[in-house]
Amino acid sequence: MSNTVLADKADKADKADRVGKVDKAAVKARRRKTMGKVWPNVVALLLVPLFLFPVYWMFSTSFKPASEILTKDPTFLFTPTFEHYGSATGVDMFWTYVRNSLTVTIGAVVLALLVSLAAAFAIVRMKFKGRKGLVLAVMMAQMAPWEVMVIVMYLIARDAEMLNSIGFLTLIYFVMVLPFTIWTLRGFIAAVPKELEEAAMIDGCSRTQAFFRVIFPLLAPGLMSTSLFGFITAWNEFAMVLVLNKDSEAYTLPLWLTQFQTAFGNDWGATMAASSLFAVPVLLLFLFLQRRAVSGLSAGAVKG
Amino acid sequence: MTVHTQGAAPVAKEPPPGGPASGKPGQGVRGKPTRPVNWLPYVLIAPAVLSLLVFLGYPLVRNVIISLQQLGRTEMISRTTVWTGFSNYTDLLTNDNFWTVVVRTFVFMAVNVALIMVIGTLIGLLLNRLGKKMRLVLSLSLVMAWAMPIVASATVFRWLFDTQFGVMNWVMRELGFEGYEQHNWFESGFSTLAIVTLLIVWASVPFVSLNLYAGLTTISGELYEAARMDGASNWRLFRSVVLPMMKPFFLITTFLEIIWVFKAFAQIVALNGGGPDRASETLPVFAYVEGMSQMSFGTAAAASVLTILILLIAMSFYFRLMLKQEEEQ
Repeated sequence: MSNTVLADKADKADKADRVGKVDKAAVKARRRKTMGKVWPNVVALLLVPLFLFPVYWMFSTSFKPASEILTKDPTFLFTPTFEHYGSATGVDMFWTYVRNSLTVTIGAVVLALLVSLAAAFAIVRMKFKGRKGLVLAVMMAQMAPWEVMVIVMYLIARDAEMLNSIGFLTLIYFVMVLPFTIWTLRGFIAAVPKELEEAAMIDGCSRTQAFFRVIFPLLAPGLMSTSLFGFITAWNEFAMVLVLNKDSEAYTLPLWLTQFQTAFGNDWGATMAASSLFAVPVLLLFLFLQRRAVSGLSAGAVKG
Repeated sequence: MTVHTQGAAPVAKEPPPGGPASGKPGQGVRGKPTRPVNWLPYVLIAPAVLSLLVFLGYPLVRNVIISLQQLGRTEMISRTTVWTGFSNYTDLLTNDNFWTVVVRTFVFMAVNVALIMVIGTLIGLLLNRLGKKMRLVLSLSLVMAWAMPIVASATVFRWLFDTQFGVMNWVMRELGFEGYEQHNWFESGFSTLAIVTLLIVWASVPFVSLNLYAGLTTISGELYEAARMDGASNWRLFRSVVLPMMKPFFLITTFLEIIWVFKAFAQIVALNGGGPDRASETLPVFAYVEGMSQMSFGTAAAASVLTILILLIAMSFYFRLMLKQEEEQ
């Protein structure tokens, strides 16, 4: 294609003239190129603070001395203090909330992994009636409108006397992350070549052994990232716990955070410290996940 | 072989619900599957299917059942069931307040999705043009905004827009606007929803941008070069190269965002609880408040059923797109 353009130009221009023209065009093109390289950087430089500001403001407020937080004009330079973290973690039952959040998230993720591993394996490697229907159901369940179902869940939990129950909440979170976990594990299992499993079985492994010795190790990175996403979902969940767990004994951190602000009113330092404590694990997980290249996990396993 | 398996299937369909758990799973499948033991897949999927049925299927059905009942404070205490047919629905559909909420939800959703898609696309295209370092810096800030838990960012936004000491009032004053001494950003439903919009757009743009950028890297550079050689402008390049190549991405993401924004709950509740005076409620929040504050669970269930029906329309488009992609892969 570039040739035709050049040929066109060559036809139109006269030989002597052409050299000069190309030079001028080249200069113009180069200038356009540098301009084209400058403005994206300028825009990006403007965008970075825009996206970072709320996160930055959360952290900076959490480290600011109280006297410098409640001012008309914000201060940007200050000597950091940890006092707000002290008052946030010193709240009555803070560690109960941490424990509740950890129980609920880890419980949900572990359950989801176990149940999904079995289901995803069956979906990928076995033929059975209703397989397509199941895949479709899992896909639809991924989009389940949980936020719109809070009222029914409240009534069901009330009838079952499961209000304020950490166990019940764990089960709900487990079902929330289950479809996504099945869906992603299905992809990961499908990426493990069938030949590996067959080879192991020819070498005398049973199917169970083949699964645990061959497929499972290759799945490890996939399991890792899948469970981290499940962790984030359950850790952040707010609607269900808001409706189901009214008793402060059964609060999780997100619910505590929203109540905290009402309770502490203008103590924004402590509120931001609480937000930071809640957000930091997720921020770190995201950075970790970004760097993790999950694809090509078995690229080296089978060659030729 | 096929005849065999098909013949065996109905017989094998019987055992899965009950007994087979006692059998030794896995052992029977050793060697060639001359005699297919068909119950194994059913055992493997049983826990998943059961939990989905109990915790998702049943609530959905129960939701519909409750929407046909009158269930208020008195019925809750006396534990009686009062069937009212479709009166919850007719009450809602003849209620002006409900229609205000419906219109508000759709406008809110449309504005949010449009902003998210346009800004997200622009930043995604920008990422593609940046040098390595700048791209890393911008991506990192996008990831930070994306990663912030909704409840945490809602709390931060409350602080940013605080009446007395919020930094946004200071920014407005610095920019020379009048009347931002003690401006209450949450004084009206409109202004509350504007802040919710800002929160949602800020948190959702990174998803679109980063994914678009990831998709753009799969378009070969030669294609751009060729188009440039032919004298294509930036806009033309976008319309004739990027848009057709990324069409599935744009369609799927748009529907995803429609679904996500439509059922946005935590952002609205955590920012101002649907207030002031229920003026920033969208459909999911309306259902929640009807139930938990007004104690009319029948109406709440009806509103939630209607919301789910609307969501189903958007979802059916989304599923169709996803299935199409699945087939192509």
